[in-house]
Amino acid sequence: MRAKTLQLLITFSSTVQAMSMETQAHGAGLPGRLIPVPTSITAGCGLAYKAPLDSRAELLALIERADLEPEQVVEMLL
Amino acid sequence: MIYLDHAATSMPKPPEVGQAMVEALNLGNAGRGAHGPALAGLRTAYQVRCRVAEFFGVPGGPQQVVFTAGATHALNQAIVGLLSPGDHVVTTAAEHNSVLRPLYQLEQQGVELSIVPVDRQGRISYEDMEQMVTPRTKAVVCTHASNVTGNVTDLKRISRLCKQNGALLVVDGAQSGGHLPLSMEQMGIDVLCLPGHKGLLGPQGIGLLCLRPGVELRPLLVGGSGILSFSHTHPSALPDGLEAGTRNNPGIAGLGAGLEWLQTQGVERLWAQTEQRLRQLYEGLHAIPGVTIYGDWSTFHRAPVLAMNLDGWEAAQLSDVLYEEFDIATRPGAHCAPLMHLALGTGEAGAVRMSVGCSTTSEDVEAAIAAVAQLAKEE
Repeated sequence: MRAKTLQLLITFSSTVQAMSMETQAHGAGLPGRLIPVPTSITAGCGLAYKAPLDSRAELLALIERADLEPEQVVEMLL
Repeated sequence: MIYLDHAATSMPKPPEVGQAMVEALNLGNAGRGAHGPALAGLRTAYQVRCRVAEFFGVPGGPQQVVFTAGATHALNQAIVGLLSPGDHVVTTAAEHNSVLRPLYQLEQQGVELSIVPVDRQGRISYEDMEQMVTPRTKAVVCTHASNVTGNVTDLKRISRLCKQNGALLVVDGAQSGGHLPLSMEQMGIDVLCLPGHKGLLGPQGIGLLCLRPGVELRPLLVGGSGILSFSHTHPSALPDGLEAGTRNNPGIAGLGAGLEWLQTQGVERLWAQTEQRLRQLYEGLHAIPGVTIYGDWSTFHRAPVLAMNLDGWEAAQLSDVLYEEFDIATRPGAHCAPLMHLALGTGEAGAVRMSVGCSTTSEDVEAAIAAVAQLAKEE
């Protein structure tokens, strides 16, 4: 079984929010990418933004600046 | 061929529209999975939503831009999704059947419908509207510009009236989108419905429904959403909540390319050019004995359409001869706007509609005027 590491996961209620997150984060040169929402998270638009834990502060600041509305921001083993 | 039927659909499309559509054929299904092609499809749709939101001043941004199969679909979604038996709705006699027929259908189900009349020049009676819109009115549904006369509706005035009475303003922008300044934010529009294939130069089969945040509609279609598969109800978050099933991504890409072309060329320059062609057409036809032009032509701030008749000619025959003998494409008939034609006095005869677009040249207009002038001289 593949080893899992703790990652930051951000979910959104709509695909537009997810797309906006990707656009803003990549535009700012921040790490991360969109992945299918893990099955343990039942809500969301089907997409989640996965990023390394150490980028948390920068990503949350970006979310604030860009007026994004994440549904959940969680840390989970992925 | 001289194409003067841009109000039906714009033609030719910029080459970029077709190229974008072909490229989009090999995009994945947007919102279905997170692999590269699926995300590429989603990015395309997102970029077009952003462009639309900016172009039409959509409050709330791309989240509030819903893709539909066309303006008729958008209007049906807005009207049927908003109104329930017992609600009161106001519309105008300037409307296209894509507004009137959903409303007539709802009237049968218990929605109370009031229709603001228009005069012989197709002008909406704002005084009558002010009497009809009351605090129990749920919505006013009206066109921004008549598809017959080209007369423009004073949306800011109607928006103020709606706000005073707590009603929503639903606008049909079929003949103005891409041709005239149109901003939800600036004009106080709550719901804006648009076709992709007219003034926005996109392909047929794609349209737009733009919603002010807080406006909630029951979805016309439910089904595949790509998420929450075990729920018995369709997800409500916009825009996905009103986009059940696979989106028309080639259509979306084509619409985006059309809009980008307009912005690259400069919409204000194109608007001025189209107005110039319309003015030339009006002045040329107006000077021909026997020609009747319908509408209020006291201003050229109007949709680029002109409805006319020629003494001694049936509209259908005139349109046919213009095409067969002069290679000029026009549109005769009632243009799906029965109440407007009744008001204009063309209920039985209809009229010939000539409509210009950003590809119409001065020579095209000159040829159309010359053709009508020649036919006017026939015994």
